[in-house]
Amino acid sequence: MEKFTKLTGIAAPMPLVNIDTDMIIPKVFLKTIKRSGLGVNLFDEMRYDRQGNEIEDFVLNKPAYRDAQILVAGDNFGCGSSREHAPWALLDFGIRCVISTSFADIFYNNCFKNGILPIVLPQEDVDKLMDDAERGANATVTVDLENQTITGPDGGEIAFEVDPWRKHCLLNGLDDIGLTLEKGASIDAYEAKMAQDRPWV
Amino acid sequence: MSGKTLYDKIWDTHVAHEAEDGTCLLYIDRHLVHEVTSPQAFEGLRMAGRPVRRPDQTIAVPDHNVPTTLGRENPDQMTEDSRIQVAALDKNAKDFGIHYYPVTDVRQGIVHIVGPEQGWTLPGMTVVCGDSHTATHGAFGALAHGIGTSEVEHVLATQTLIQKKSKNMKVEITGKLRPGVTAKDITLSVIGATGTAGGTGYVIEYCGEAIRDLSMEGRMTVCNMAIEGGARAGLIAPDEKTFAYVQGRPHAPKGAQYEAALAWWKTLYSDDDAHWDKVITIKGEDIAPVVTWGTSPEDVLPITDVVPAPESFSGGKVEAARRSIEYMGLTPGQKLSDIEIDTVFIGSCTNGRIEDLRAAAEILKGKKIKVKRAMVVPGSGLVRAQAEEEGLADIFKEAGFEWRMAGCSMCLAMNPDQLSEGERCASTSNRNFEGRQGYKGRTHLVSPAMAAAAAITGHLTDVREMI
Repeated sequence: MEKFTKLTGIAAPMPLVNIDTDMIIPKVFLKTIKRSGLGVNLFDEMRYDRQGNEIEDFVLNKPAYRDAQILVAGDNFGCGSSREHAPWALLDFGIRCVISTSFADIFYNNCFKNGILPIVLPQEDVDKLMDDAERGANATVTVDLENQTITGPDGGEIAFEVDPWRKHCLLNGLDDIGLTLEKGASIDAYEAKMAQDRPWV
Repeated sequence: MSGKTLYDKIWDTHVAHEAEDGTCLLYIDRHLVHEVTSPQAFEGLRMAGRPVRRPDQTIAVPDHNVPTTLGRENPDQMTEDSRIQVAALDKNAKDFGIHYYPVTDVRQGIVHIVGPEQGWTLPGMTVVCGDSHTATHGAFGALAHGIGTSEVEHVLATQTLIQKKSKNMKVEITGKLRPGVTAKDITLSVIGATGTAGGTGYVIEYCGEAIRDLSMEGRMTVCNMAIEGGARAGLIAPDEKTFAYVQGRPHAPKGAQYEAALAWWKTLYSDDDAHWDKVITIKGEDIAPVVTWGTSPEDVLPITDVVPAPESFSGGKVEAARRSIEYMGLTPGQKLSDIEIDTVFIGSCTNGRIEDLRAAAEILKGKKIKVKRAMVVPGSGLVRAQAEEEGLADIFKEAGFEWRMAGCSMCLAMNPDQLSEGERCASTSNRNFEGRQGYKGRTHLVSPAMAAAAAITGHLTDVREMI
């Protein structure tokens, strides 16, 4: 997993609430057996017409946001299906950070497994960043994970919370499975006890 | 010190390791696997040279992609990419030695219907699957939730998940339901009341007389859509109905082990003095047969109501409602029962069980459909066989329904069962998102009885007029 330390990039505004994972990556693209290559189909049905032509007024098609690395989104981003293809598609497009007032649980977890930082902020802070994002390419935002701050184009700083363990893993690009396998003795002990207490499992 | 909730009890039983900051390794008793969210996980194991830690607790079945037409064993019925994905699951199941129900097996079906049917899902267990509707298994008093593919790989390799505990939320449905009101109406009405983010950060326990009165099938319908309310999982405490359902299933414990399990299962309830972080109470008698009008499962109203005006909402929902109503091709103020329907879909992990088919057949008996097309996709091969034995299949076919093989089908339209642009469907599935059932397709979520009623009249219909 790629480390996440400090990111300075263009933020794209997506104020719509309840953006679901079917919108982020429609099911026709779930038939892949790979993790890569989904960026071109990110938000496919909002981004292209049926003939595959770009829909001009979709935010990521506008010249100012084609290289966006941050999304500022409406409430409950990533709801619906558990498909990890959603963060894979975001990452493949180049999005490394999503900011919203809330995220759906599974999507939120999936982001951290892929080096994407989801940030939850109060409504007023999201509104402020949404306004900044509306300014387009002239408005870059800096997300500093180490110091847990977001710096807007006008220099204003917003602090954010993040789980310390998840922060540690993102900062160092750590692979969960390797870390868990180091605790193999605890799992062995649990299974031995389970064989006694709940042998029917 | 206050007592424990059911969730607290299951959680405590499954913590294999706890770090100082409260991050836990939660042991997983059952890992269900399907073809869409697992190939990258197995590939990850191969690349790292890791085995599946507990193949005996890992169960796979293809369901999302598979065609539901007769003769589907013929690979020509699948698109190339679907075929590759199903073939990958065939190979991964064989290579890693996990339990497997291939498409040719009569027990094949939707993973969340097969698990309980085969007795894999038992009270007090932890159950995960790379699928958000894993919440279904909570009907047995199991802690069950969806995970992403990285977590699928983590569970395959370690049989644990890295978790922090969620908060406890109680949803109580008091009293009795009125005639024509079903489990689907309960679960949609709860989402209508709390919103799709209302359960975020919580595990929900459903309780109250109306929940107790539900069959196991109905309870699975309620828990299935906990995720649509944003909750990590939905639970219902096990009782005699649960034990009776489980006993004798192929993978349920037998003899002395059953007795030992039963003794423990009977301790699985929330203590009277347990702490709840959030409580929602709804009167059973206040719940009506409902339909969705928009493109979020929270867009729920009683069938007797009208399409709302976007301005009646606040905040970001105003724009979302405007977008939904335009997408759905509706007009504010239009009566919901005037909405004409092209297609009816009965099936899915929400409503693809035998009781669902019985409820729909009851309404359809001796009637003909007025919609352009209607299909029943049983949740498993065994549900299909039982429905044929009970004569339900004949009722559906005589009414004009297509009688299909088991799978996820038009719930998410990854196989050829899809809506065309603008096609409007009354569907017993769980999501009405834009494009969910096909590009620009329009979905109204309803109960099986309401779907049957719409099939007969050709428009959304109050099923209470037919009973």
